[in-house]
Amino acid sequence: MYRYDQYDQAIVDARVAEFKDQVARRLRNEITEDQFKPLRLMNGLYLQLHAYMLRVAIPYGTLSGTQMRMLAHIARTYDRDYGHFTTRQNIQYNWIKLEQFADLLDDLSKVEMHAFQTSGNCIRNISSDQFAGAAADEVADPRPYAELLRQWSTLHPEFSFLPRKFKIAVIASDTDRAAIQLHDIGLQLRKNGAGELGFRVYVGGGMGRTPVIGSVVRDWIPVGQFLSYSEAILRVYNRYGRRDNIYKARIKILVNELGVAEFTRQVEEEWAGLAPLGLDAPQAEYDRIIAQFAPPAFDPAAPDTLDLSDPDFAVWVRQNVHPHKAPGYAIATISLKPKRGIPGDASSAQMDAVADLAERYAHDEIRVTHSQNLVLAHVKKADLYALWQGLDAVGLATPNLDLVSDIIACPGMDYCTLANARSIPIAQKIAAKFEDLETQRDIGELKIKVSGCINGCGHHHAGHIGILGVDKKGEEAYQLLLGGSGAEDTSLAKILGPGFDENGIVTAVEKLIAFYRGARSGPEERFLDTYRRLGPAPFKDSVYA
Amino acid sequence: MPRVLTGNRLETGDVLWWTGSDWSPLIRDAVAIGDEGEALVASLVAAERINDPALIDVTGEPGNWLPTTTRERVRASGPSVRADLARGSLSTEVI
Repeated sequence: MYRYDQYDQAIVDARVAEFKDQVARRLRNEITEDQFKPLRLMNGLYLQLHAYMLRVAIPYGTLSGTQMRMLAHIARTYDRDYGHFTTRQNIQYNWIKLEQFADLLDDLSKVEMHAFQTSGNCIRNISSDQFAGAAADEVADPRPYAELLRQWSTLHPEFSFLPRKFKIAVIASDTDRAAIQLHDIGLQLRKNGAGELGFRVYVGGGMGRTPVIGSVVRDWIPVGQFLSYSEAILRVYNRYGRRDNIYKARIKILVNELGVAEFTRQVEEEWAGLAPLGLDAPQAEYDRIIAQFAPPAFDPAAPDTLDLSDPDFAVWVRQNVHPHKAPGYAIATISLKPKRGIPGDASSAQMDAVADLAERYAHDEIRVTHSQNLVLAHVKKADLYALWQGLDAVGLATPNLDLVSDIIACPGMDYCTLANARSIPIAQKIAAKFEDLETQRDIGELKIKVSGCINGCGHHHAGHIGILGVDKKGEEAYQLLLGGSGAEDTSLAKILGPGFDENGIVTAVEKLIAFYRGARSGPEERFLDTYRRLGPAPFKDSVYA
Repeated sequence: MPRVLTGNRLETGDVLWWTGSDWSPLIRDAVAIGDEGEALVASLVAAERINDPALIDVTGEPGNWLPTTTRERVRASGPSVRADLARGSLSTEVI
């Protein structure tokens, strides 16, 4: 894992000191709320329905046990004993007090964490593949490049006041576990015939009010030049992105208005001027960062077999454990979608337990996924049973990864001022309809994603089944969308028909799933594949006829 | 339709309602606000100690107010999915 150097820590310490002073001045009424609001937002502090909400950055979703334990401490000391892991691989706390904020920031900075650039019109937390460094299909660990992007984008003076927020994701596999085509910039690390590394560059993807799949602006940029190329993209966006209309300010709108070819031409022209200036990191810096992500010392004698005689353990392994590139090891996903739970929520006790288990069994590394789950990426197969028992003891052994109850849901109107409708109760009601695990396994992979408003934090446009909460004369209503995917086969879900009330949307999902189970070509055909094969009409008939 | 005055305390972010002389965390303590509401909001904005002061529509009567929108009912009751965090003056059942 990356550890801060003196410059990283100095930047965080200075920024924390600056914001602590701004908080103190606000509490003394020396600055107004209008003056303070943009400052607190730039430091991840929102005012939500019930209290202040703090969003803490988790760079590319990677945490150490010490950091996770600090997140538990924050929950216990400054919040109400829980946190909410988000679709941006971050964590949010819902009950923060401004008057305690200085102490909280001090605690976070002790473990190389902070909350800045988790809001505002800047480059946000860089996201990545939760299986990075462990996946057999990756060409290299993508996180050193995500870390370089983090350093480059942190307090970047030119890009701190962009037309709108900006999200970048980095992967290194053909399998996309980070939805890169739905980011402002998506970077796929690849290897050419000569064994050299370079990036395919997608630009202009996104969800929200205007969902767009990103376009390839460059099929190959040598890995040593990707920072200056990213700088060129940001410069073109910063110069020409719209600032007159917040709904048309994302880079996807600029790419659409210019056309991909013209946008690319402008980026290439900008880059031609930038590339010779030495903006890219020197090889020594690449080497320094890559060394910090060196894989742990895998035990070559680790047995590659697994005792599956405990049937409950066997079910968990089948559903939540993935192959690892090293023999004798596995990748374990910890579902944060227990029965009747809140998607993404974890108590401080659960966070502490995950920290302990990561230290004991997973080389002290934890990942947060954009699906609001956690991953232990390097677990000896011989330790999986003990790990599972440890997880089960704290309610974290739900074997439902990628099944119908593994639902993404934004906080919705239970917490969020932007939301038009609640998301969490919808996820809970749908999950309750399919509690039986055998039924879930029979349905197979089915990604349901619920957003409480058009901003789409619940990724409804990327859901096999997407649900969007809308306002209907002050009351909650829900639109139903089908056919989305955030994977390498990226597609955008489309609205199926008229909306529903809270109970109606749950019934509609039941009808869709019942139709799918009758219409699929075989047990291996996923819901999404059946939808793509048959089209929306029969699904629509199953709900509305 | 009656209106009550709500906002969030600067120091804590707590949701509050105006009782006529002070702030309460319970909507049942709120008083109906008449034509003086807009002036009251303006004075609160100027004082800079209550964030997002707003007049909201309610039904019912003193001691038993019910906000007309789901959003304000959630603010008054607490998150509907965490009964253990409910505020006590309005049941999450009414959301």
